[in-house]
Amino acid sequence: MTSHKTFTRRYLGQTALAGATLIGAPLPLRYAAAQTTGNLKVALLLPTSGIQAQIGQACRRGADVANDVFTDMKLPVKLEIVNYDTESKPDVARTQAEKAIDAGCQMLVGAFDSGQTIAIAQVAEQRGVPLVVNIAAAPQITEQGYKFVVRNFPTAPMLITGALSLHKEIFKVSGKTPKTAVMMGVNDTFGTSMVNGIKALFPKLDMPYEIVDTITYDPAAKDLSVEVGRAKATKAELLIPVNRLNDAKLMIQEMVKQRWEPMGVMNPGAPGLYEQDFFKTMGKYSDFLISNVPWLDPKSAMTQSLEKRHAAKFPNDQLDINAGFTFEGLLVAAQAWITAKSTKADALMDALRKTKIDLHVIIGGPIQFDAKGQNVNIKAAAVENLKRKPTVVMPAESAAAPLVFPMPGWNDKRRT
Amino acid sequence: MTADFLLNLAQAIINGLLTGMVYGLMALGLSVIFGVMRIVNFAHGEMMVVGMYLAWMGFEYLQVSPMLSLPVIAALFFGAGYILQRSLISPFIGRPEHQQFLLLLAVAILLVNASLAIAGPDSRGVQMESQFDSYELGPLVFDAVRLHAALAAVAIALLLWLFFTRTRTGKSIRAAADNNLAALVVGLDVRRLYSFTFGIGAACVGAAGALMITIIPVSPFLAVEYTLLAFVIVIVGGLGSMTGALLGGLLIGVSEAVAGLLLQPSLKSMFSFGLLILVLLLRPQGLLGKGSQ
Repeated sequence: MTSHKTFTRRYLGQTALAGATLIGAPLPLRYAAAQTTGNLKVALLLPTSGIQAQIGQACRRGADVANDVFTDMKLPVKLEIVNYDTESKPDVARTQAEKAIDAGCQMLVGAFDSGQTIAIAQVAEQRGVPLVVNIAAAPQITEQGYKFVVRNFPTAPMLITGALSLHKEIFKVSGKTPKTAVMMGVNDTFGTSMVNGIKALFPKLDMPYEIVDTITYDPAAKDLSVEVGRAKATKAELLIPVNRLNDAKLMIQEMVKQRWEPMGVMNPGAPGLYEQDFFKTMGKYSDFLISNVPWLDPKSAMTQSLEKRHAAKFPNDQLDINAGFTFEGLLVAAQAWITAKSTKADALMDALRKTKIDLHVIIGGPIQFDAKGQNVNIKAAAVENLKRKPTVVMPAESAAAPLVFPMPGWNDKRRT
Repeated sequence: MTADFLLNLAQAIINGLLTGMVYGLMALGLSVIFGVMRIVNFAHGEMMVVGMYLAWMGFEYLQVSPMLSLPVIAALFFGAGYILQRSLISPFIGRPEHQQFLLLLAVAILLVNASLAIAGPDSRGVQMESQFDSYELGPLVFDAVRLHAALAAVAIALLLWLFFTRTRTGKSIRAAADNNLAALVVGLDVRRLYSFTFGIGAACVGAAGALMITIIPVSPFLAVEYTLLAFVIVIVGGLGSMTGALLGGLLIGVSEAVAGLLLQPSLKSMFSFGLLILVLLLRPQGLLGKGSQ
């Protein structure tokens, strides 16, 4: 059987119309058409269920709009993102990483939590597949000489140094300096790294307050009444919490119930206090708590595109750094794919080492990795919860509202 | 010792007592069932988690406070416990202990997986204004939610005591627990009494679940932790003793709170298990063991 095509006037018209449509198409469509042939298959490993589910899902939202933002920013790439749930457990994270590689994923991105990320990094290293760490602060991730791991997130010492420097700035601006502080920390991999890091760096940073007690607790704690009771008993003027989302809620709830009103609650680079679910659950008690963390740069064109796409796709969810860093993890993967023009691990890894991304979403210099695979250009901001929204109050050049410190009491009229 | 230290200690003891009272109620059901039927309910924590989910659903979908849904949940649990005993557990009474263990373990696994399938793996909690409230008595602060839960626990324990000491059915259950054969000889319907007892034990667990959801969020995997805690409590207090379960709960609650204050809060669970080992070594039947109900 043969087919014959007759060259008619109608056929000519259709062809001309198709050509005109392509030429006249809006730019993003043309970029989509011109995207790199074939897709880079990226495994996104996140804790979308279990104790870290809410944060994992926030991270996932950043990934869900990544390809749209790439189109907006005219990046000629489209990633094939395959989602894997680590169930908030390192052992599951390891199994899922193995599964992703077996399924043909050419790059791994994840995994929010240090313990889970370490488990995935070991698999990435054994199997020779590049891993881009979106969020995880434990220093050992980039200190073990791994050849297939890069991290676009500050290490615990970087977070701490940035955060404690901001503490001093906050005291200077407000004219109020606490003399004592108590540290409360979750004793998982991240929390332990942070608490030990603060203890080690504290003497070198010439801080104006003394840490009078350090209280650690289980990450799956269901009740922090004992812990908060002990912290209150120290009569410290400042609380430095190193927490996650669920324990952050328990901690503030207990502080309100036990009527403990320190001068401030200032998070030294940990999650929890700025999460959407924290605002929902804590209501007026979520205000005036300060997180000193890397934050989204509102002046970046890419952040604006991310905000627009995120708001359109998830109108009920707040864009935060979980989504921001996860998006950037995929941006790093996409850029490596564009540079490498290959899905081979060595070529991708080589491209990752040479990464230099000037336009991105988090405050700081270009995304670049040092010899250990660490991006050292990320800066911290002081983000205060104001009117149930995380708001940049420092550094001054990025501030969206003035700082409120000391924190008003739990029943103060300013909490509405 | 300074006044500040004494005040902090008193506050820790109060917090521990309030938490311990709820722990006690949670363990009460386990103790009641074992005391009468000599069956260890290994699905205890899982049943409590189901109670927590029911209270959460009542709050989330019907806007009913867990304190108000408590009697309904307890009644539902009584019915479910009665039927479960009659249909499934009854044939296993008198069988080797490992068979009873496997049966209840299977029930536990079914409950966890059903919770997982219906409610998903995420934590679910109720959000009430009272969760931020507390009462002051001089320099001491009483957590409102825990105080309400503790008072409810005391009221439930009192009702149980009245039931077992003042009602004909309660007295019959005690008689059957003391001497099963004699109870049969005098014509008591022991099978029905056992079903009734399992129903009462289940109602206690359901009530504890409704109270617990006001304190902590629920997830399907919470159960194992609380089954273990209930076992520690009843072994310390004396397996089969109602008063022992309450005492065990108070001891565990207070020891955890005081250890948290004096040592390090992350070590507090160590004290519960340390206490368990001590009791097993020095008084294996528990502090109030030997059928004090």
